[in-house]
Amino acid sequence: MAKIHVTTTVNGEPVEFLCEPQQSMLDVLRGPLGLTGSKEGCGSGDCGACSITLDGRLVCSCLMLAVEAEGHEIGTIEGMASGDGLHPLQQKFLEMAALQCGICTPGVLVAAKALLDKNPDPTETEVRFGLAGNLCRCTGYDKIVRAVLETAAEMRGAKAEMPEAVR
Amino acid sequence: MNDMTNKWIGQRTIRPDGAEKVTGRAAYAADTTMPGMIWGKVLRSPHAHAVIRSIDTAKAEALPGVKAVVTHRDLVEFPLDKSVMLGIQDMRWMCRNVMAREKALFHGHPIAAVAATSETIAAEALRLIEVEYEVLPHVIEIDDALKPDAPILHDFLSFEGKPSNIAGKLEHRLGDIEAGFAEADVVIERSFTTRPVHQGYIEPHACLVSVAADGKTTIWSSSQGQFMVRAMTSLLTGIPQSDIRAIPAEIGGGFGGKTIIYLEPLATVLSKKSGRPVKMVMSREEVMRASGPTSGSKSTVKIGATKDGRLVAAQGTFWLQAGALPGSPIRGAAGCGFAPYTIPNVVSTGFDVVSNRSKVAAYRAPGAPIGAYAVECVIDEVAEALGMDPLELRLKNAARQGTKAAHGPVYPRIGFMETIEAALAHPHYKTPLGEAPPGKRRGRGVASGFWFNAGGESSAQVNITEDGNVVVTTGHPDIGGSRASIANITAELLGIDYKRISVLIGDTATIGYSNLTGGSRVLFASAMVVTQSTEKVIASLRERAAKIWKIDPEAVAWEDGEARPVSDNAGRFPPLSLAELAARATETGGPIGAGVQLNTTGAEGGFATHLCDVEVDVDLGIVRVLRYTSFQDVGRAVHPSYVEGQMQGGAAQGIGWALNEEYIYDRQGRVENAGFLDYRMPVCSDLPMLDTVMIEVPNPKHPQGVRGVGEVPLVPPLAAVANAVYDALGKRFYALPMSPPRVLEKLEG
Repeated sequence: MAKIHVTTTVNGEPVEFLCEPQQSMLDVLRGPLGLTGSKEGCGSGDCGACSITLDGRLVCSCLMLAVEAEGHEIGTIEGMASGDGLHPLQQKFLEMAALQCGICTPGVLVAAKALLDKNPDPTETEVRFGLAGNLCRCTGYDKIVRAVLETAAEMRGAKAEMPEAVR
Repeated sequence: MNDMTNKWIGQRTIRPDGAEKVTGRAAYAADTTMPGMIWGKVLRSPHAHAVIRSIDTAKAEALPGVKAVVTHRDLVEFPLDKSVMLGIQDMRWMCRNVMAREKALFHGHPIAAVAATSETIAAEALRLIEVEYEVLPHVIEIDDALKPDAPILHDFLSFEGKPSNIAGKLEHRLGDIEAGFAEADVVIERSFTTRPVHQGYIEPHACLVSVAADGKTTIWSSSQGQFMVRAMTSLLTGIPQSDIRAIPAEIGGGFGGKTIIYLEPLATVLSKKSGRPVKMVMSREEVMRASGPTSGSKSTVKIGATKDGRLVAAQGTFWLQAGALPGSPIRGAAGCGFAPYTIPNVVSTGFDVVSNRSKVAAYRAPGAPIGAYAVECVIDEVAEALGMDPLELRLKNAARQGTKAAHGPVYPRIGFMETIEAALAHPHYKTPLGEAPPGKRRGRGVASGFWFNAGGESSAQVNITEDGNVVVTTGHPDIGGSRASIANITAELLGIDYKRISVLIGDTATIGYSNLTGGSRVLFASAMVVTQSTEKVIASLRERAAKIWKIDPEAVAWEDGEARPVSDNAGRFPPLSLAELAARATETGGPIGAGVQLNTTGAEGGFATHLCDVEVDVDLGIVRVLRYTSFQDVGRAVHPSYVEGQMQGGAAQGIGWALNEEYIYDRQGRVENAGFLDYRMPVCSDLPMLDTVMIEVPNPKHPQGVRGVGEVPLVPPLAAVANAVYDALGKRFYALPMSPPRVLEKLEG
């Protein structure tokens, strides 16, 4: 089967690739483009480890055909840090130990950034639902939620109001 | 080193592998590629139980792009009549688990594997393999497997002289059980069931294997032990261990499920046959059907107590599904259930039952959550019958220093009572549940738990770089932040900033033998060998300073990262820093470094007590955890954040096990929910914050006081949630999961 030529933008840079019509965006990112930060945990859109943004919108790259990237802007975990500086979310995840094995971390960070881009002042519940498509089996999500809330507050220049365990 | 005034031990430092993980650069097994690499895929049995009459691979081999095909004929066979053990794994079962031999024993059992130039061609080749099966009746559930007319999986297994699916029995006895129950004023006996659940690591099993023309084999894979990968692959392929280099990729979760191998020997033979590097990655469906999970179970527990609340007798019988081949964690179920308590008369029995499911793999405190679920629910009922607070009953009977446990040991100093006392004193336990909204009911539950913890073999090498910094190499895949803890310990010992220390995981060619990342052993064992290695380095640094100053090494102290004369009597010299000594290494004796290899001992058991508040929606049957607090004796929290992380992660897995997770089989013995949509693990919006209280009762047998912390957190939650649901509804569940349909059924019944 003839391959299809796709012209797109990945993390702000112009990119061209050839793909088969049935190939997923995740396969092209991890294969020909060498961007293995997006992970495949399920291949069915249930775990969120492959989360990327398509024109700023959060999508599972395993559910997106690579040809659909034509003319659009793709954002992956590899584009989150700028130069030698980490994004505040990345820095906060390190400081607050919001990762253990790290396999879900790229997807969680991409989803968290997409959430904060839309809603810079989320409640705990909004963070939990914003990340509900990203499975993490190590952390129980506690430190992840705290790190996102703390980052949001820092980026707003405010002090984080940490959720009380006590209702 | 047990004092709490440490500079680095106990600090929440940034993990050495962190920046790579938050930027997507960390290399997991599936991220690895090689020039010329081809793809391997596995043909799996469509039947739960069938004799394999023949396998014809000719058509698959003839397909353009196919480079190699393997079946069981290409792997080493371990005859059924002679056990060959590798750790706790019997190679007779391992060789039949990685590739079916006489029979296909579960739906998804590997039958053959191919390697081809693309994944598409490999998948097409699988369809061309012709297998002739004679389908046999199958059996999944324990009760069915124990029936007199049950299909027998293995004709080499017998129990009490008859063919049987019971593959093994274990019994712990203490005291006189009849006399114990005779003394009791209250006796409660209940039976329970739990469903099989999967470890649920997000990273599927994956490997890349390259066998060179001279037979030298390199394996990149995701596992909980590169030495286990090397040994098992060697045994199953016949390649000597010295020709296999197993490189541990970053591991995307394991929870015990990656303490055995599935793909590596297949990829090795495919690579050897094809002359090409072969990559194999399981799909999520394959992970769910053919890897892990842990056992489903049925248990009966009977506990007797006196009126004043003394537990005087306890009897437990635990039947665990092993899957298709023997080896369920009956030791954990029968050994851990009663272990938190001082009970003078105990009989605890486990039965290992085979059935046509995938062979179980370890899952975080294997077996212990199953045992604790039954025991802790009955203790709850005993407390109610006695009119006692459930924590006070536990405290009154809590194991302590000197308690003789039914599974053998007499406990040294342990911190179990402290976990109960902390729970009693915590605001969580003192805060009323509050009024539930209309249509909902609230309840609170408590439960405790124990896990053995392990020591075993570990190796470390500590090298001083020429510019006076430090590289530490250990042999354990880092599954939850162990590199960060090792950096803290090394910084403490050397008296330097932790940022000057790199911690690496060696491969099988670059570091000495190290046992699995499992049994909550990694920090316990690796801290021991790293400590001893660092102490040797410090001794060498003192000798070098002594040489430079021309004084006795005994007259040199190592303090705050530099050599100093112990006193003015030793001489007046300006201190020599690590960097200065490193720069003068050549003239003072050569490179500075030391390694230690040990079989570590003294890992003492771990204990925890959990509090759980739930709210049950009586219309929808949904149980929601409102508040959760874990109290655990953690020995010494070398890196508190990652200790809390273990406690929180275990609680979340336990909540999933209690409320939602289960394997569902159809009539043909096929898993119906082999994916993350239908096998429902807790997501972020399902859970509350998970509070933790770390109680530090240092392990007296460890230089830093470390106790294993990774597995205990999954032991209490099943019963903590179940007891909370009982408190909410006044109706007790004797089966997990307490999923919405079952809750509704209970409410309506």
